[in-house]
Amino acid sequence: MTMTRRHLLLLLPAAAVAWESVLAGTPEDSPNYNRTDHWWGMLIDIPKCIGCGNCVRACQEENDVPDGHFRTWVERYHVEDWNLTDPQVISPDGGKEGFPVATDDSGKYFFVPKLCNHCADSPCTQVCPVGATFITPDGVVLVDQKYCLGCAYCVQACPYGCRYIHPEKRVADKCTLCYHRITKGQTTACAENCPTGASQLIDLKNPKDPIHEFLKTHNVQVLKPQMATGAKVFYNELDGSVR
Amino acid sequence: MSGVEGYMYPNEVTLFWSVLIVLYPYITGLVAGAFILASLERVFKVDAVKPTYRLALLTALAFLLDAPLPLQFHLGHPERSPEMYFTPHATSAMAMFGYVYLWYLMAVLVFEIWLDYRREIVLRSQQTKGLLRLIYKIMTLGSTNISERALHIDEKVGWVVTLIGIPSAFMLHGYVGFIFGSIKANPWWSSPLMPVVFIFSAMVSGVAAVMLLYMGLTKLRKQTIDMRCVDTIAMYMFYIFVIDFTLEMLDLVHRIYEADESFRSIDFMVHTKLFFSQIVVQILIGTLVPLALLFIVQVWKNNISEIARKRIYVLCGSLILISVFAMRWNVVIGGQLFSKSFLGYTTYKMELATREGLLAAIGLTLLPLGFLWILLKLLPPWNDSQSHAAQLPASGD
Repeated sequence: MTMTRRHLLLLLPAAAVAWESVLAGTPEDSPNYNRTDHWWGMLIDIPKCIGCGNCVRACQEENDVPDGHFRTWVERYHVEDWNLTDPQVISPDGGKEGFPVATDDSGKYFFVPKLCNHCADSPCTQVCPVGATFITPDGVVLVDQKYCLGCAYCVQACPYGCRYIHPEKRVADKCTLCYHRITKGQTTACAENCPTGASQLIDLKNPKDPIHEFLKTHNVQVLKPQMATGAKVFYNELDGSVR
Repeated sequence: MSGVEGYMYPNEVTLFWSVLIVLYPYITGLVAGAFILASLERVFKVDAVKPTYRLALLTALAFLLDAPLPLQFHLGHPERSPEMYFTPHATSAMAMFGYVYLWYLMAVLVFEIWLDYRREIVLRSQQTKGLLRLIYKIMTLGSTNISERALHIDEKVGWVVTLIGIPSAFMLHGYVGFIFGSIKANPWWSSPLMPVVFIFSAMVSGVAAVMLLYMGLTKLRKQTIDMRCVDTIAMYMFYIFVIDFTLEMLDLVHRIYEADESFRSIDFMVHTKLFFSQIVVQILIGTLVPLALLFIVQVWKNNISEIARKRIYVLCGSLILISVFAMRWNVVIGGQLFSKSFLGYTTYKMELATREGLLAAIGLTLLPLGFLWILLKLLPPWNDSQSHAAQLPASGD
C-alpha cells in the first residue's frame, strides 16, 4: 500500500495521540539504571537536624518549586513536658530561611524535615482518576504532569500535606525524590545539601545499604503509621507528638 | 500568615477544592432527588404525584446536563478530562464518574424521557414547521410508529427503565458521597455513612426543588395547584428529611462520643468557622424549622387552610434547598479548613470573577434553569387544558 499525503495527514495526529499514551506513566529514564534493582526511601535522623533550611532551599533550586509551595519543608516542634500531646509547631516559609531564636526555655525543641513519604500503598495513587500519579518499580511516587487533570483529588487524599497544585502548570506537584538524580547514581538535592547528614537517601533493596543495620539498632518510626500507607520515609527518634 | 490560626502544613494554607466542588454534589443531588420523585409515580404507583412526573424527569435532565460543568471549570486541565473515559484508573472513585454519569444520562434519563414523550415527539414532527420540525424529526430517532401496541411497549420498557433508574440514581449520588467518605486522610469526610447521608439529603433536596418548580410554574401558568399532589410530596419530603437528619445527627453524635484525635479540631471548627453555616443555617434554620413546620402540617393538616399550607411548603422547600447547599458547603469547604496535623485552621477566601469564583458558581447554579426552560418549551410536561400536548390528536399510525 502506498502512503499518500492525505493518509499521512490523517495518521500523524493519531500517532501523536497514541505516542502520548505510550509515554504516559513513563518516568525519565537513564541508561544502565535498572529500576527493579532498587526500592528507594529516605532516612531522617531527627537528632541531627539543626533546622538550617538548606534542604528546603536546595530542593526549591533543584526542582524550580514555586514560591509558597513546598516539596520539602522543616517544622520546629516545641513540646512542653506538661502538655505532650499539644505541641507548638512553626515552619516559617517552610523553614527555608531557618527559624527564630526560641525564647521559651521550658520543654524540648526539635526539628522535623518533611517530604513525600513515597508510600508503597499511597492513597494519592489510589485516587488519581487517570493514573497520572503512579509508583515506579523502584518505589518512587511520581506525577506525569503531561497527563494530570489537575483535579486535586490526590492533594486531598495525601495524609501528610505533601502535594499541591502548581500555580502555573495547574497540575499536581510534589517531591520526586529527585528521580532525575537518583537514576544517575546521585543522591537527592536535600540529602546532598544537608550539613549534618540528617537526610539520607536509602535503598531498601540494596543489601549493602547501611540502612538495614540502622533500622535494626535504632528507634525508627514512620509518620502517622495508623494510616497504613506503607510510608518509606523513616524517622529516627521520632517524638510521639509529631503529626 | 493571614487567615491561618495555629499550624497548617505549608501546602494546606490554600484550599484546592473551591465553591464549584460544593456545587457539584449539590447539583447531582438535585438530579437524583428529582428522579426519585418521578419514580414514586411510575414504579410505586403514587398517583397523587402524577402532575409532577414529567416535570421531575425534565428537571433531573436539566440539572444533569449542568452537573459536570463545575468539575470542568475546576480542573486545571479540562481538555484532558476525556482521559477519564479512555484511560480510567480502576482504583479511583472519581474515575467512575464519567461512566456513572453517561449511564445515568443516556441509559436512564434520556431514554425514559424519550419513551414517555415519543408519541408527542412524533406528532409534533408532523405538525410543526421549519427548524422545530427538524428538531422533532431528529428526536424521533426514526421511530415513528405510535400505534397502540407500540405505545404499550413504550410504557412497559419505560417502567423497566425507571426500575433500573432508582438504583442508578442512588449509585450516581452514593458514589459522590463515596468520593468524600473514602478519604481516610480527612476525618471530617472519612465515614461509611457519607454516601448514605448524601443520598438522603439528595432525595430531600431534589423533591423540594421539583415541588417548588411545580408550584411556581403552575402559578406562572395561572393554573390551579393540585393540593393533593403537593400535600403528598410534602409528606414524602418530611419522612425523607427525618431519615436524613437522623443519619447526620448519628454521625455527629458518634464523632462527639468517640472523640478521637481529630475531635478537638472538628469541635473547634463547628464552634467557630462553621458555626454559622452548620449550626445556624444547616441545622437550625435549614433543618429544624422546616421539620417542625412539616410535622405540624402532617398532624394538623385538616385544620390548616390551603393557602397557609402552600406558603409553608414554599418556605420549607426553600429552606431545605438552602440547608442541603449548606451541608455540601460544610462537607467540602469545612473538610479543608483544618490541618491534617490537627494543629491549626485556615480560611477560605472565595474569589469573585475568576474561573472558580462566586460569579461562575452563580452562573452554573442558574444554568440548569435555562436548560429546563428549553426542555419545557420542547417537551411541555403539562397535562391540562392549556397544554399543547393535550390538544394533540389521538394516536394513530
